[in-house]
Amino acid sequence: MRDASPAKVYALHIGVILALFALNFVLPDYHQGLFARIMALAVFAMGYNLLFGYGGLLSLGHAMFFSAGLYGAGLTVYHLGWGVPEAFLAGIACGALLALVIGLLALRTSGVAFMIVTMMFAQVFYLLILYFAAWTGGDQGLVIQQASRVVSIGGASFDLTDPTVRYMSALALFSVVLLITLAIVRSRFGRVLVAIRENEERTRMLGYDTTANKLIAVVASGATCAASGAAYALLFGYVGSNFASVQYSILPLLWVLLGGAATVLGPLVGTLFMYYVTDITSGFTSAYLLIVGIALILLVLFAPKGILGTIRQRWLGWLP
Amino acid sequence: MHFGPHLLLAALEGLVTSAVLALTALGLSLVFGVMRVVNVAHGEFFMLGAVLAWAISTAIAGHPAVGFVAALVIAPLLVGLVALIAERLVLRRLNYNPEGTIVATIGMLYIIQQLALTFYGPEARPVEPPFSYRILLPWFGYSGYKLSVVAASVILLVLTWLVLTRTKIGLIMRATQYDSETAQAFGIPVERVYAGVFAVGAMLAAIAAVLIVPISQAHYLMGQDPLLLSFIVVIIGGLGSLRGTVVAAILIGLSDGIISVFFSPTLAKIIATLVVAMVLVFRPQGLFGTTAR
Repeated sequence: MRDASPAKVYALHIGVILALFALNFVLPDYHQGLFARIMALAVFAMGYNLLFGYGGLLSLGHAMFFSAGLYGAGLTVYHLGWGVPEAFLAGIACGALLALVIGLLALRTSGVAFMIVTMMFAQVFYLLILYFAAWTGGDQGLVIQQASRVVSIGGASFDLTDPTVRYMSALALFSVVLLITLAIVRSRFGRVLVAIRENEERTRMLGYDTTANKLIAVVASGATCAASGAAYALLFGYVGSNFASVQYSILPLLWVLLGGAATVLGPLVGTLFMYYVTDITSGFTSAYLLIVGIALILLVLFAPKGILGTIRQRWLGWLP
Repeated sequence: MHFGPHLLLAALEGLVTSAVLALTALGLSLVFGVMRVVNVAHGEFFMLGAVLAWAISTAIAGHPAVGFVAALVIAPLLVGLVALIAERLVLRRLNYNPEGTIVATIGMLYIIQQLALTFYGPEARPVEPPFSYRILLPWFGYSGYKLSVVAASVILLVLTWLVLTRTKIGLIMRATQYDSETAQAFGIPVERVYAGVFAVGAMLAAIAAVLIVPISQAHYLMGQDPLLLSFIVVIIGGLGSLRGTVVAAILIGLSDGIISVFFSPTLAKIIATLVVAMVLVFRPQGLFGTTAR
């Protein structure tokens, strides 16, 4: 990674945030809703990227962290009548706690075994949601009523079902996570993660506690994905077991690979691109999964670095 | 029914599951053992076998046995061909890189599943069993076809074992598994061995599917459970060990059959998956495997 002046890097990312802010006033209703969804899910992809892109740990079970946030926020609102901010924090806490437990267990393995173990824990989580259908609504899911999705701060109240409030909330979460990711990547911890990805043995020899660093990465990644899930539940008012299925462990991998693993903006680019490809092609065919499958194969064959990864390699060496 | 006969019935059902599972898992285990490739699309080869069996047996008129035998021969061959093409077009170009192949086989999973949905449809369809003889036990009658599935599976497993341990092909495969570079240096066409193993692995899954489809119907999502169970079996048995795979298949099949008769099937799956994940975490070489290479 060639070093760039921090000013240039921050200008680019703040520019992206400002552009997204401006889009709110330009986009037609349908695309405004789609963008809110994309930004919320890009947070999921960014959380995944932290572990996979920078830490080099390929997990096939991140749906459990996303749905821990989803259910952590959704169920506290639905059953306990909690307010939106408390529920959001509860979602993140659930995800972080789960990630800590899973990290302690799964990090005893590496490589292929790590992928399979994470996939299995996610499957257990998914089956538990179905098993406790009385609480979780099983595969039918639960709808969170509009009345419980209103935040009142000071004297003002914000209704999360309002398109503009929803867009701005998603953007706020996205911006915070984007800037945190940027800070992490440029920090000492971020560099140690990359070192572990490139050569774990050598990093350990240099005196770094690689296991502890990986555990921190798992927890940070899990908490970020949970934040995305919690936001998704609160913004779109629905929680369902579908979000815990294997498919939702694969999607962030696809988004990150497409946008470019280990690039800060890659997850956003990948999510945006995939959503619009699906949106446009769904006019011709309902075979959404076919496109996902073909995209995955073409990516690993011809562009393993993804869109931004290729751009960084060819033209913009300073891209973080 | 009393407890004893009930348990016997559960054990018989479990044995049929074990028989089919052993074949499917053996395919996964061969591919992993020789090629070091985790084939996530393995369950879809299973599903493809079942769907093709339905297509072939309905296309052929006459006695159900004729259609079934035709399906038993043609469906695995077609699935093997699909696997061969996938291996040539994708896996070989990835140089069998473990992480790349996992992502690529996930892609294959989605493609095969979606194509099955498009051309076969969302319905579950039955295939008529080749014969419908019932064995009468003192407490209940039991399908003779189900027991013949167990017999067929045992024969196939013994055949595979003989091929692996007693023939030149088996020797070449084991040499490739042990050290592919040295094997290559001794003139073994490693790429051709890989292609063959990938096709044979898929064919074993397809045969298992054709055998099971008269009992449980063909459906485009039917590949999910066998995939997960095969993973469980291969992990418990020790990756790449034939004997371990068979023992683990019997263990998992029987316990799955018995637990799901007396408890909820979801709970059975939760416990089995959790136990296996823990085995992988604390004993990565499996319960029966030797040290991982």
